[in-house]
Amino acid sequence: MLELKNIFFSVESDGMQKTIIHDLNLTVDDNKFVVVTGPNGSGKSTLAKLIAGIEKPTAGQILLDGVDITDMEITERARTGMGFAFQQPVRFKGIKVHTLLRLASGTNLSVSDACDYLSEVGLCARDYVHREVNASLSGGELKRIEIATVLARNSRLTVFDEPEAGIDLWSFQNLIRIFESMRKNIKDSSIIIISHQERILNIADEIAVLADGTIERHGTRDEIFPSLIGTESAQDACNRLRRNV
Amino acid sequence: MEKLTEVQKRLIREVADLHEVPIGAYNFRANGGLAGRNTTANIDIVSKEDGSGIDIRIKPGTVRESVHIPVVLSESGLKETVYNDFYIGENSDVTIVAGCGIDNCGVQDSQHDGVHRFYVGKGAKIRYVEKHYGSGDGLGKRILNPVTEVYMEEGSSMEMEMVQIKGVDSTERTTIAELKKDARLVVRERLMTHGEQYAISIYKVTLQEEGGSADVVSRSIARDRSYQKFDACVIGNAPCKGHTECDSIIMDEGTILAVPSLEAHHVDAELVHEAAIGKIAGEQLIKLMTLGLTEQQAEEEIINGFLA
Repeated sequence: MLELKNIFFSVESDGMQKTIIHDLNLTVDDNKFVVVTGPNGSGKSTLAKLIAGIEKPTAGQILLDGVDITDMEITERARTGMGFAFQQPVRFKGIKVHTLLRLASGTNLSVSDACDYLSEVGLCARDYVHREVNASLSGGELKRIEIATVLARNSRLTVFDEPEAGIDLWSFQNLIRIFESMRKNIKDSSIIIISHQERILNIADEIAVLADGTIERHGTRDEIFPSLIGTESAQDACNRLRRNV
Repeated sequence: MEKLTEVQKRLIREVADLHEVPIGAYNFRANGGLAGRNTTANIDIVSKEDGSGIDIRIKPGTVRESVHIPVVLSESGLKETVYNDFYIGENSDVTIVAGCGIDNCGVQDSQHDGVHRFYVGKGAKIRYVEKHYGSGDGLGKRILNPVTEVYMEEGSSMEMEMVQIKGVDSTERTTIAELKKDARLVVRERLMTHGEQYAISIYKVTLQEEGGSADVVSRSIARDRSYQKFDACVIGNAPCKGHTECDSIIMDEGTILAVPSLEAHHVDAELVHEAAIGKIAGEQLIKLMTLGLTEQQAEEEIINGFLA
């Protein structure tokens, strides 16, 4: 179980303190699939980074299974069973896909096991396993490899920051299947997804709505989802496309 | 190999990946003298009459053979200049592994300056690997100043892998290549300097005739207070394709000077250069840390990958 208690996060900008997260409280129980949504600029990505330890809260407490992890570094949090999928995956010159998956798994991962993870994310494993994670990969390919690294972590708690961004509609179905198989295969695992994609909200157990840096509402999908349809917090793919034009 | 000391054997493992006597032709040089030689029906190695080095002659049509010519220095204060000439017969396809390892535990400088000249015959295909390595904790410096000259005939190709990862205090490497019609040269340089090391790498590649191509790429890392200079010039005198690239990671208080340059004497000479210097990106470290690596482990993985 993950608990965020009275979290504040502010940054200095032009000599002024700017508060991004404001007295945020959120509990994610085991075996739950929680989607955090909210308009652009509401602090969703910051929240994901606070959970993974990439940012540290200015005030407040983060507990994982009752243990205070507020001051734990990224590495330590990863080792206690926390996974994080970047919104914009990182490129590495020279590091091969197989190496990245091996590092993610923390074992001496064989090529054939690495291929299994790649197949899971819809990549033809033979074409990718020996490729470098560099600029020769497209944004969509990179995003799928990012998700494969998170699968290889086998974490009890995984945070996905906008996993659907940059992924085409075919793999969107695949993505949903991946979330479902993660829940099934990793005992007592929970998944937190940062997204305002209607179809992801639609498969959530719970939805938390973030507005102005704090959780405005948090409840089951049936309680929250109807009120979000048509707002910026729940968009269908076409809406997003139109906005990007 | 039996004549070599344990230190020399270790140096040979580092520079030539050799754990035992190789199959094929070889010439081992240790502390300025001959430590072993083998020739084959197609590859002959003879000492120059004035004792300044060796001639390696590869018969035309020799395929799938290799030549190893590692050099090791394990005595402090030794300084030598060696001339090795390679005559590579037409349409042959061979691998040549050179390399120099210096172990200096003394106070005097040890220095090996190797001058390698390659005469690559028509249609011949060469893979050349040269590794430099230094060890020993003496105050004496480990110095390597290799000069490589490559003369490529029509339709020949050469791939050069130049590696210096550890322990060489000072190096000035000069490589000159001249390419005739349809000849192809690929250079992959990997360099890491640390401590107070100093490394200069100069390439001058001339594409003299139509259809020639050259691709000179260096990846380097400068750590601590080390200094690196990469100076690569590709000259096009005919319709040809040339590319040079220097990609560097700078760390600590290192200094890197990248000077890629191009010189065209023909309107159909297509020449491109690229150079980039930057530190390890913070987001790369963060990504690997979210996979459970410490910051130091993450840095090592990024460096290993970059220089792989």
